[in-house]
Amino acid sequence: MDHNRDPTPGIQGHFHLPRSNGDQQGAFTLDAKLDLPGTGVTGIFGPSGSGKTTLLRCIAGLQSCKNASLSVNGETWQCSSKRVFIPVHRRPLGFVFQQPSLFAHLSAGKNLEFARKRAGEAVSDSDFQKIIELMGIGDLLSRGPESLSGGEQQRVAIARALLIKPRLLLMDEPLASLDQMRKREILPYLEKMHRAFDIPILYVSHSVDEIARLADYLLLMEEGKVIGEGKAAALLSREDFPAQLGDDLGVLLEAKIAERDDQWKLLRAGFEGGALWLRDGGEPIGESIRLRVLARDISLTRSEDTASSILNRLPVRVQEISPDRDPAMVLVRLKPLSDEGNENTSGSTRLIARITRRSLHQLSLVAGSELWAQIKSVAIVR
Amino acid sequence: MRIGFRCCHGFIRRQTELLSLTPLALLLGTFAMLTTLSARGDETTIAVASNFTAPMQAMVNQFEAQSAHRVKVAFGSSGKFFAQINHGAPFDAFFSADAEKPARLIAQGLAEKTSLRTYAEGKLVLWSRRDGFVDDQGLVLKSGQFHKLALANPKLAPYGAAAIEVLQHLKLAQSTRSQWVQGENISQTYQFVASGNADLGLIALSQVMRDGKITEGSAWLVPDSFYGPIRQDAVILKRGRENPALLAFWLFVKSPAAQATIRRYGYNTGASSGPLKATEGGDTDAE
Amino acid sequence: MLSDTDLGAIWLTLRLATTVTLLLLVLGTPLALWLARTRSIFKGPVSALVALPLVLPPTVLGFYLLIFMGPSGPMGKFTEALGLGTLPFTFWGLVVASLLYSLPFVVQPIQNAIEAQGPRPGEVAATLRSGPWDSFWHVTLPLAKPGLLTAAVLGFAHTVGEFGVVLMIGGNIPGETRVVSVQIYDHVEALEYTQAHWLSAAMIVFSFAVLLLLYLLQQRKSAVGLRYGS
Repeated sequence: MDHNRDPTPGIQGHFHLPRSNGDQQGAFTLDAKLDLPGTGVTGIFGPSGSGKTTLLRCIAGLQSCKNASLSVNGETWQCSSKRVFIPVHRRPLGFVFQQPSLFAHLSAGKNLEFARKRAGEAVSDSDFQKIIELMGIGDLLSRGPESLSGGEQQRVAIARALLIKPRLLLMDEPLASLDQMRKREILPYLEKMHRAFDIPILYVSHSVDEIARLADYLLLMEEGKVIGEGKAAALLSREDFPAQLGDDLGVLLEAKIAERDDQWKLLRAGFEGGALWLRDGGEPIGESIRLRVLARDISLTRSEDTASSILNRLPVRVQEISPDRDPAMVLVRLKPLSDEGNENTSGSTRLIARITRRSLHQLSLVAGSELWAQIKSVAIVR
Repeated sequence: MRIGFRCCHGFIRRQTELLSLTPLALLLGTFAMLTTLSARGDETTIAVASNFTAPMQAMVNQFEAQSAHRVKVAFGSSGKFFAQINHGAPFDAFFSADAEKPARLIAQGLAEKTSLRTYAEGKLVLWSRRDGFVDDQGLVLKSGQFHKLALANPKLAPYGAAAIEVLQHLKLAQSTRSQWVQGENISQTYQFVASGNADLGLIALSQVMRDGKITEGSAWLVPDSFYGPIRQDAVILKRGRENPALLAFWLFVKSPAAQATIRRYGYNTGASSGPLKATEGGDTDAE
Repeated sequence: MLSDTDLGAIWLTLRLATTVTLLLLVLGTPLALWLARTRSIFKGPVSALVALPLVLPPTVLGFYLLIFMGPSGPMGKFTEALGLGTLPFTFWGLVVASLLYSLPFVVQPIQNAIEAQGPRPGEVAATLRSGPWDSFWHVTLPLAKPGLLTAAVLGFAHTVGEFGVVLMIGGNIPGETRVVSVQIYDHVEALEYTQAHWLSAAMIVFSFAVLLLLYLLQQRKSAVGLRYGS
């Protein structure tokens, strides 16, 4: 455990937690080795029950783990071989739980005061105001938690976690308990927070959307083990990105705003091998954005269907057809024809379509078939 | 509406009757069955003050050994029995711990006036569970060399009233008052002393006497002249007056054998303390 | 109406119930906390012990207390060694007995209230740098307030209504151990039904008033919550 003696930036550690009956996650042995960057947002990603939350709770010290070590930016928080264990309340961390967990006996403002009073360092009034403004909760302070919506509660909870002046912020699926509307309401706040504070964040989620939007670095987990890690953009676009994502399977495209169409309020974003039209969200020309195209949002036609309402159509060639975990579906990997001269590059501009077996048969698709990909929706993730 | 109401009314009344009659009916049914089965003896149920439990059990054993009749005994507080008899409890006779309650039952017409008799007279003893603590003159009371003196609540228990009389007779009522602890009844008073929480107490001789001897500790038998008689009276209740089993038992209680038993448990009886009230004579008439 | 003796008994009862309730809240809360949180194998036996007065006839409890606190009992020996004498027939003897007797009525509502919170508030507090003591005072207890209120009401009411135990260890000493319930019993046994009625009625009115007051307080509390909501 050299890194415990030698101050190293970043988060290093290992946790070995055998499964036990008392453990709520229960069904796996957590066995994770970490070496994560000490800045930015690290997404901890995996399907439900893969041990993400348990790992996060271990890092916080909420879950006791007999065989573990952890150091955060050079500070040892835990090391079972040296019998070091800093209890949760002495760790300079903030934690945002999946369920909004404001103290029911305190108003929103009192919840914030609770944290401010106990912060690791004094929170100036201007810091306090800044956090409240950032989370947009200035009007909510006098209200009791039960009168706030789930999204409002979670924003207060995030502000509360920030007010403790953490040196590491842990977020356990903070949006999972919210409906789609509320998620959209909160995500911008999270992005702002990410930009405004230079706090390393570990962000647990099973939603590719959130991860794609927020994470700089990514840790993939399955059945209690780390099965991959790396820079988020690279990892998310890899074609071997875990297929268990099912409905969320898709690709990330690095693109640049190339043109603005003021008449139709659209933007054209160019990427290697093509371009896509998007709704105009005010992004300036030349800005780099990340686009996400889900496999379920691509449909295939033999000929270009100009009578369709679908805006984005790309000529593509089938590269590979592989089975989906759903026996009625197949995954079809496609390469835009305009990108064909580019055979030697990484191939990151491939698209993936998820179609039924029956359609595959009717269109008699084989590797090499040329056809049109209709893209029903494109999301700008950053 | 009206019919419904009447139905309801009738139903409720039937229910109430049923409820109040059920135990009685069951009891009578049991009696009837036992009678037909044994075909020889009858059965009676009597209520007995709990301070008289031991001698009564002994007497019932003696009686049943020589008779085909059976006696079922309910032991309990006299005050509760009084209230229960007032509300129709199925007892054939009542052996009270005092003289007042049987007299009131007679006044209320619930008991046979002519049957009233004193079946036992309580004797008071100054007792400590420590050997040698109480001398045989009771001088320890005058010495004041004790912490707590237990006695029964004089308002509720005849033994308590008698204890006060004793203290007044000894002119110690005022000086010892601060050391009194009062039991709600005489058995509780005994517990205070027996557990050592009170150094000594004025309790019933019957509580510490077995077979004519005081079983443990030290005691002073308070002279009868220091207090008025602690009469325990018994009456035959209305529903028992024609029960052959009860009448046979009633007679037995007056027999020399039964009287000896009563004395062995620390009570005086009419036989030992001379003829008592006129009720003795009336009693004979009742038979 | 009420005689001086009756008034003395009422005053004594109030003093006893208040003392017992306060002590029980102080002693019962840590016990309830431990019971709510522990995974120790002793949880079962301790819970059973605490609940014992619920099923034991009070006279049984009183009888054993009489022996336990008496000069030959372990506690009696202890108090005598301290120079305090023995506890039966004293106010503090009644306090000790009532503590035991009313313990489940105080521990269980608090324990339920803490168990109902679950581990989450404590975890949240810990992540907000709140140590165990701090979080007990500022999170666990305030959240358990309805349970504490219920516990106080039940403990108080139960002590006021306690009879069997007092009968066994009280000794009916005015101003020391002659509480209202015993006084009523005496009236009834002495067939003084009028006095018994007056005293009983006073008890009922008082108990009702206390309970009503507490429920009203609780209601106003929730009304404040509702006002926040609007």
